[in-house]
Amino acid sequence: MSALIEFEGFNKFFGDQQVLKAVDLQVRRGEVVVILGPSGCGKSTLLRCLNGLESADGGHLRLGGEELLAPGTDWRQVRQRVGMVFQSYHLFGHMSVLDNLLLGPLKVQKRQRHEALAQAQALLARVGLLDKRDAYPRQLSGGQQQRIAIVRSLCMNPEVMLFDEVTAALDPEMVKEVLQVIQGLARDGMTLLIVTHEMAFARAVADRIVFMDAGRILEQNDPESFFSNPQTARAQQFLEKFSYMESLPKKMPAKELS
Amino acid sequence: MASSGLELLLVSLPQLGRGAAQTLAISALGIVFSTLGGVAYGVLASLNRRGLNLVLRVYLELFRAIPVLVWLYLLFFGLPIFFALSIPSFWCAVLVLSLWGSSEVGEVVRGALRSLPLGQREAGLSIGLSAWQLYGYVLLPQALKRMTPPTINIYTRIIKTSSLAVLIGVVDVIKVGQQIIERTYESVLIYGVLFLFFFFICYPLSAASRALERRWTHA
Ligand SMILES: Nc1ncnc2c1ncn2[C@@H]1O[C@H](COP(=O)(O)OP(=O)(O)OP(=O)(O)O)[C@@H](O)[C@H]1O
Ligand SMILES: [Mg+2]
Repeated sequence: MSALIEFEGFNKFFGDQQVLKAVDLQVRRGEVVVILGPSGCGKSTLLRCLNGLESADGGHLRLGGEELLAPGTDWRQVRQRVGMVFQSYHLFGHMSVLDNLLLGPLKVQKRQRHEALAQAQALLARVGLLDKRDAYPRQLSGGQQQRIAIVRSLCMNPEVMLFDEVTAALDPEMVKEVLQVIQGLARDGMTLLIVTHEMAFARAVADRIVFMDAGRILEQNDPESFFSNPQTARAQQFLEKFSYMESLPKKMPAKELS
Repeated sequence: MASSGLELLLVSLPQLGRGAAQTLAISALGIVFSTLGGVAYGVLASLNRRGLNLVLRVYLELFRAIPVLVWLYLLFFGLPIFFALSIPSFWCAVLVLSLWGSSEVGEVVRGALRSLPLGQREAGLSIGLSAWQLYGYVLLPQALKRMTPPTINIYTRIIKTSSLAVLIGVVDVIKVGQQIIERTYESVLIYGVLFLFFFFICYPLSAASRALERRWTHA
């Protein structure tokens, strides 16, 4: 079976700086791929290239076998198939929750209002926020806004969802409610590309871990192998930083903190 | 004296009214076109295309550096000479006010659009909105709060500046006032009327602008 998403020899420059270097990555339909790597290695850029927020500088990028780097690509069409959720939610502040959710289905996809509304409400109920449908984003917590942002993407019926550090801006107690939603999508068999710094979550949700450094994919493996036996020195260093955090003594003496 | 002043006012009222209508018509058209032009300018400027920005910059600076009066003379007296194209003075005044107002409103719109987080644009694009939809549904509505108070202030300046139209021969409320004064020497009375005319149009506007600004910056 051919891949749903296929990066092949994919390059991206910002000015003179090459931020993605001959990236080869294939994602099958229904697969959950978590991309890990140090800050600045190009994870966000990789996701953003997939829905045309950044333009590519060479190589191939295919979605469902169709070349996206060809000149005639209709990115508006592609973006309906590729949902994206951002670190800072970016809900439309002047619209109620429902209007946020319905904007795409009604104006872009020209669907029937009652049908789109039914879907939006069902998805809201699923993330536990049906009672917030008439609220405005500023009245919601970060975790609630992020769940709404996920639903906003889902309302477009995408084939794949991209998550770029969607819990990084959240208070710790809200991280869980967002991760649970993503885990639910994974269980349903949705194709997901996830960038995260939550290692335990990556391990739990991923079918495959992709480790990047300095614009390259250094290794790809199933989560158990990657976390217990990383193949490259860079990945080992990267994981050590996280295991160091976890192995910190339970309580630091107050003196050292001040 | 008082009764003759009142009499004069009553007699001149129809004439003053016609002048006022000219002033209001020029101002209103100037405001409408400045708003449309300003939104177009602001949207184009927010696209951040280098060549386009240069053109807009030159346009802006031309209207900042050269007084409106000079533009009026230039177009009213210059166009017939250089291009054999003459515009009636009324429309010449509307044109100059609109071009000048568009650059002023345009800078306000540009600033308001720029103040929005970049993520709003990206989130809009990510759900497949076209550029038109992005501006119409997402960006301009959110910029509206920030741009309305300063834009209303520009409207009052357009109304006041419309009085320059006298100088290319438009018979507006000021011209009518001057004609009455020439006949009757009642300058204090007539200028008092003109004062009240402009005050009662412009003051509510700037008061509204302040009220909106207070309300929206604390919301
Ligand atoms: N718009 C831009 N213009 C110039 N350089 C950029 C731009 N966006 C990103 N970069 C650079 O490209 C590189 C990759 O950035 P990217 O945001 O993809 O990294 P990342 O892996 O997502 O990092 P983080 O974990 O910090 O989010 C970085 O060196 C960054 O400085
Ligand atoms: Mg990033």
